[in-house]
Amino acid sequence: MATDLLESLQQQIVPAAGAATLSHGCLVFSLAPEELMPTVRRLKEEFGYDLFLDVTAVDWPADALRFEVVHHFASSRQPLRVRLKTRVAAADPSVDSLAKLYGSAAFMERECHDMYGIAFRGNHDLRPILLYEGFTGHPLRKDYPKGREQPLVPYRN
Amino acid sequence: MAARTVPIVPAAPTGAKDGAFEYLTTRKDELVGWARKFSLFPYPFVTACCAMEFMAVSASPYDTDRFGAALPRFSPRQADLLMVVGTVTHKQAPVLLKVYEQMCEPKWVMAFGVCASSGGFYQNYAALPGIDRIIPVDVYIPGCPPRPEMVIDGIMQLQDKIARAQHPILTRTF
Repeated sequence: MATDLLESLQQQIVPAAGAATLSHGCLVFSLAPEELMPTVRRLKEEFGYDLFLDVTAVDWPADALRFEVVHHFASSRQPLRVRLKTRVAAADPSVDSLAKLYGSAAFMERECHDMYGIAFRGNHDLRPILLYEGFTGHPLRKDYPKGREQPLVPYRN
Repeated sequence: MAARTVPIVPAAPTGAKDGAFEYLTTRKDELVGWARKFSLFPYPFVTACCAMEFMAVSASPYDTDRFGAALPRFSPRQADLLMVVGTVTHKQAPVLLKVYEQMCEPKWVMAFGVCASSGGFYQNYAALPGIDRIIPVDVYIPGCPPRPEMVIDGIMQLQDKIARAQHPILTRTF
C-alpha cells in the first residue's frame, strides 16, 4: 500500500520538479514557489494529508536561492509523511501562506517569520510570536552574529 | 465520683530573685539578623529544568525548612528571598525585574543554577547572560543543576551574610 501511494504521489504531484526522494520514511519534493499552493491543495484534498506538522526554513548563505522553506505534512490515512522544499531568493523571501488550508499554519508561519524573515503572503498576522516587539533581524539566519544581544532591560553595568 | 481537685500553685512573690534570666544583652544588628536569617520567605521564580532540583531540595529528604526557608510565598510582596531558578530570557527579563521591584526591603536574591548565574552554556540572541545584569544577586549557586547540598550551602552562606549585615530598622543608619 505504501509503495502504491508512493508511486501515485510521485507521478501525480509536480512531475516537473523531478523525481521525489524518499528520506527516512518521508517523501521529499522540491518545488518552485508558485507550485506550493496547488501542490498542498492537492495533497490535502486528493491524498488525505489532513495534518500540517511544521514549517521551517534552512539558510544556505552561499546559494543564489538562499532560503529553503520546508513544510511537513502527515495524514491520518496514509502511512507516509510528505516534505515540501521551496527555494526562495534572499531579495524576496516570500511564499504563499497555508493558513487558509490549515489553521495551525498561521502560528508556525509567525515563528518562521521571526526566525528567518520569510514572508508568508496571505498571513496578515506576522507579529513576533517567540521574539518580542522591537527585535531587529532574524536570529536563525546564518549572518546573525552569535553574540548579538537585544536586551529589553538595560544592563546594570 | 470524687470531685476533681485542682492543685493550687502558689504564685511567686513579686520582686523575688529566682536566678532565671531577666535580661540579656546583644547588639541590635545581631538580634535582627538572627531573626531575619531564620525566617526567609522565598519567592521561587522558576523557569526551567532547575525547578526539578528545587523541588528535590525543598521536599523532605533535604528539607530547606530546617533553615527557615521553606514556605514559598507566591506573591513577591510577601517574600524576602527571590530564588531565580533556571534560564531567564531577554523576553522574560522585564517580568523578573518587576517581580524584584515589587518585593519589600529587606530582600535578597539567589541565582540558582548556572543559567541564572551566568547564562550557562547559552550564548545567543535569546538568553540573558546572568540575572546580575539586571538585578543585584547575593548568592550564586553553580551547577547544571546544582546538587541539593550546594543549594543548602548557598542558603547557609546567605544566612551568614544576613547575620553579618547591618539591619537599619529605625533610621537610615540604625
